[in-house]
Amino acid sequence: MTDIRTHDYDVVVIGAGGAGLRAAIEASAQKAKVALVCKSLLGKAHTVMAEGGAAAALGNVMGEDNWRVHFRDTMRGGKMHNNWRMAQIHAQEAPDRINELEAWGALFDRTPDGRINQRPFGGHTYSRLAHVGDRTGLEMIRVLQDKAVHSGIDVHMECTIVRLFAVGGRIAGALGYFRETGRFVLFKSGAIVVATGGIGKAWQITSNSWEYTGDGHALAYEAGAELIDMEFVQFHPTGMVWPPSVRGILVTEGVRGEGGVLKNAAGERFMFRYMPDMFKGDFAETEAEADAWVKGERKKNRRPPELLTRDVVAKAITREIAEGRGSPHGGVFLDIASKQAPDYIKQKLPSMYHQFKELAQVDITKEPMEIGPTTHYMMGGVKVDAETQEATISGLFAVGEVGGGMHGANRLGGNSLSDLLVFGRRAGLYAAGKRGGAPGIPDAEIEATMRAALAPFENANGENPFAVQSALQTVMQRNAGIIRDKSGLETALAELENLKGRARKSGITGSREYNPGWHTAIDLRSLLIVSEATARAALERTESRGAHTRSDYPDSDERQVREQIVIKKEGDRMIVRREAQPPLPADLMKLIKEGS
Amino acid sequence: MAEQRRLRLFRGTREHGELKEYQVAAAEGMVVLDAVHAIQAEQAPDLAVRWNCKAGKCGSCSAEINGKPRLMCMTRMSDYQAGETITVTPMKAFPVIKDLVTDVSWNYEVNKRIPAFQPRAPDAPDGTWRMYQYEVERPQEFRKCIECFLCQDVCHVLRAHEKHAEFMGPAFLVRAAVYEMHPLDEEDRRSYLRESGGIGYCNITKCCTEVCPESITITDNAIIPLKERVVDANYDPLAALWRKLTG
Ligand SMILES: Cc1cc2nc3c(=O)[nH]c(=O)nc-3n(C[C@H](O)[C@H](O)[C@H](O)COP(=O)(O)OP(=O)(O)OC[C@H]3O[C@@H](n4cnc5c(N)ncnc54)[C@H](O)[C@@H]3O)c2cc1C
Ligand code: SF4
Ligand code: SF4
Ligand code: FES
Repeated sequence: MTDIRTHDYDVVVIGAGGAGLRAAIEASAQKAKVALVCKSLLGKAHTVMAEGGAAAALGNVMGEDNWRVHFRDTMRGGKMHNNWRMAQIHAQEAPDRINELEAWGALFDRTPDGRINQRPFGGHTYSRLAHVGDRTGLEMIRVLQDKAVHSGIDVHMECTIVRLFAVGGRIAGALGYFRETGRFVLFKSGAIVVATGGIGKAWQITSNSWEYTGDGHALAYEAGAELIDMEFVQFHPTGMVWPPSVRGILVTEGVRGEGGVLKNAAGERFMFRYMPDMFKGDFAETEAEADAWVKGERKKNRRPPELLTRDVVAKAITREIAEGRGSPHGGVFLDIASKQAPDYIKQKLPSMYHQFKELAQVDITKEPMEIGPTTHYMMGGVKVDAETQEATISGLFAVGEVGGGMHGANRLGGNSLSDLLVFGRRAGLYAAGKRGGAPGIPDAEIEATMRAALAPFENANGENPFAVQSALQTVMQRNAGIIRDKSGLETALAELENLKGRARKSGITGSREYNPGWHTAIDLRSLLIVSEATARAALERTESRGAHTRSDYPDSDERQVREQIVIKKEGDRMIVRREAQPPLPADLMKLIKEGS
Repeated sequence: MAEQRRLRLFRGTREHGELKEYQVAAAEGMVVLDAVHAIQAEQAPDLAVRWNCKAGKCGSCSAEINGKPRLMCMTRMSDYQAGETITVTPMKAFPVIKDLVTDVSWNYEVNKRIPAFQPRAPDAPDGTWRMYQYEVERPQEFRKCIECFLCQDVCHVLRAHEKHAEFMGPAFLVRAAVYEMHPLDEEDRRSYLRESGGIGYCNITKCCTEVCPESITITDNAIIPLKERVVDANYDPLAALWRKLTG
């Protein structure tokens, strides 16, 4: 075959965020020959943007904390839909993974007695997030990056994988292209870890970058793996809304963790009105009580309602705006200026201070911020085994945001960074155990994949792929956003069908060298698959639960709580079916009902 | 119709290229990266540019705006006069790949060579350490580095003298400083810094500090203390002079 470079590896990790890096480090520690492949430069993955912190029941700030409370919070935050075993493993192993980062050079903020400090966050009973100001992700990715480059891992940067090969139900390899040259590369391997992150680029208003086109979800799906929970997309309550060019950029939950309050146009702290039954009694009921808690009187007082789970807060904000109590630019107000001193704000939230000052010309130590919901995180993903992260294809692993199950119907803030570490390590470990035995890949399939990737060059007069991408984002924002219904979702599916045709006919000009038009045309294929999967799963789930809200089925239906919507490719069709998850063991159920 | 803004962008490769003029409709709060994206989406889909976060957190969108090394996502269009043409070119200290994208792989090679972090034995029986906020604050400043390489771009040792083979550049002096000033670290990087790192090439012009989007005090807080450590191990006249001047 011409025009393609070939490599053989024991383990290939696709994605160099926290999950991919941690997996690669572990596989390498198991003496596997490891390749780490990423679409951007090393160190630029989404993990770098994470702000608030990583959740782990270290108990450094509040000694009462332990894995049981963390497990309970995670399950309740996920509206009891989580894969309970993953939630349990996560809560049990997160403290070790955080301490391990310190052994590799991480510099977390400290408690007065010299241990890792922890901050409060939405949905967490105790102060639980290990953090570094509001740039925790940057710290984490740098530590992992330096550990990885000193572990002898081969890094292939700016290399986009477009196809996974599975032969007879066993993973065999991955094909990609280098952005710089447009040349193809084939990685042959019997153990592949997909760690490609989320799908947020399918919506117009998003905190996610160009990379988040759901490639890993789509690659696994095309190879025959099953996807679950695709209806559960987290809309973060606080994204910037003004000016238009920054709409969607994240405002960390850390602002509320540090005492920030939400107000409507009338100046009312409206969250007190939105307490769900499940959490009644756990949160402050008066402003005085909430304020006392923020001041540090945490034993006698309960948390402010601004720290309810993200699904609840995002819906409350949406309601305030819809009912005419929004801010001038269609958001609500987030105010920390009236709650904390300027120096404290600058020390605890330096990058928020900088971001608002530079991009919106707002001084958050003096004025409130204007915020509104933004597409943020994909709970759904590749169906995996809880212990090993192996997908329904032998030798294929999925971890991090692209993996499904851990977070159920709604993820708690801070549970992603710890998820990356806990399951990244496990994926790397079990992938190394699966090394060898990759089946051969038929040349014809490799040729066909390269031809398909180059197809947009044949249509020099075709539609601009950027225009098709933007049309897709409009469709999803309008019809598969925070509040959904049957007719909207059916409209989305019809329009996506139409967009598939437009995408096929889209075309590009120029050379294969660093051509973003071409890259966008290829990414569109993933976006179309994940968008369709989201719309189909959302249509199938006839209830509201966590991040999935149906205006035509506004209540949760307890018969559906443990039912998972599974998506799989059969022939050329996307098949949707329901599958019951195993019930929780009695002791864990008791723990959730009664507390620990 | 919205006000139009004029931009001149470098288009081309290592071998040949030129400045090409484009017009975009101005929008409130627009940053230079938005303007470049508007051009890409509507007029030049093959225009090469890197970005990820659009919020100054990832260090991908580095370029030179009117000759000044800057992050495109943190540079507002309104910082320039209405009639002014804004010129955007790739970083000069690195080879161009295409348009605004440069080959920064050298930086990753440099980082790989810095001797890795080596912690002291754990302080507590459970395998953890004790560090205090005042101890971690110093290296935490260097940890703010987003690897935008703008300091590398502006440093004359690399930009004008092309000493890439001999000098690690300010960004990796900052990285070395993280570990050198890490309360737990026990590795000795002094001979590395002096020999392969080429710390002696830095003559403290402070240009790197001026361009750092993270406001890291690169020269005063990272480089000078490192020079002093190296001097303690081996005499460096420049640093000695500096110490004399600053007391
Ligand atoms: C602004 C922001 C703030 C956040 N704050 C927090 C927080 O405080 N706490 C928390 O727990 N979570 C937070 N999150 C969520 C969390 O950061 C992400 O869910 C998490 O970092 C995802 O990590 P990952 O390793 O799964 O993927 P990523 O870090 O996104 O990495 C994905 C990798 O896959 C690569 N890739 C993708 N497609 C391909 C392809 N086709 N070929 C090759 N490579 C590919 C990319 O290049 C990248 O290297 C935040 C998210 C955002 C956006
Ligand atoms: S201070 Fe040193 S490192 Fe910084 S720009 Fe000047 S010579 Fe380069
Ligand atoms: S030190 Fe500053 S300028 Fe240099 S790479 Fe880091 S962030 Fe960029
Ligand atoms: S896009 Fe991340 S720093 Fe500009």
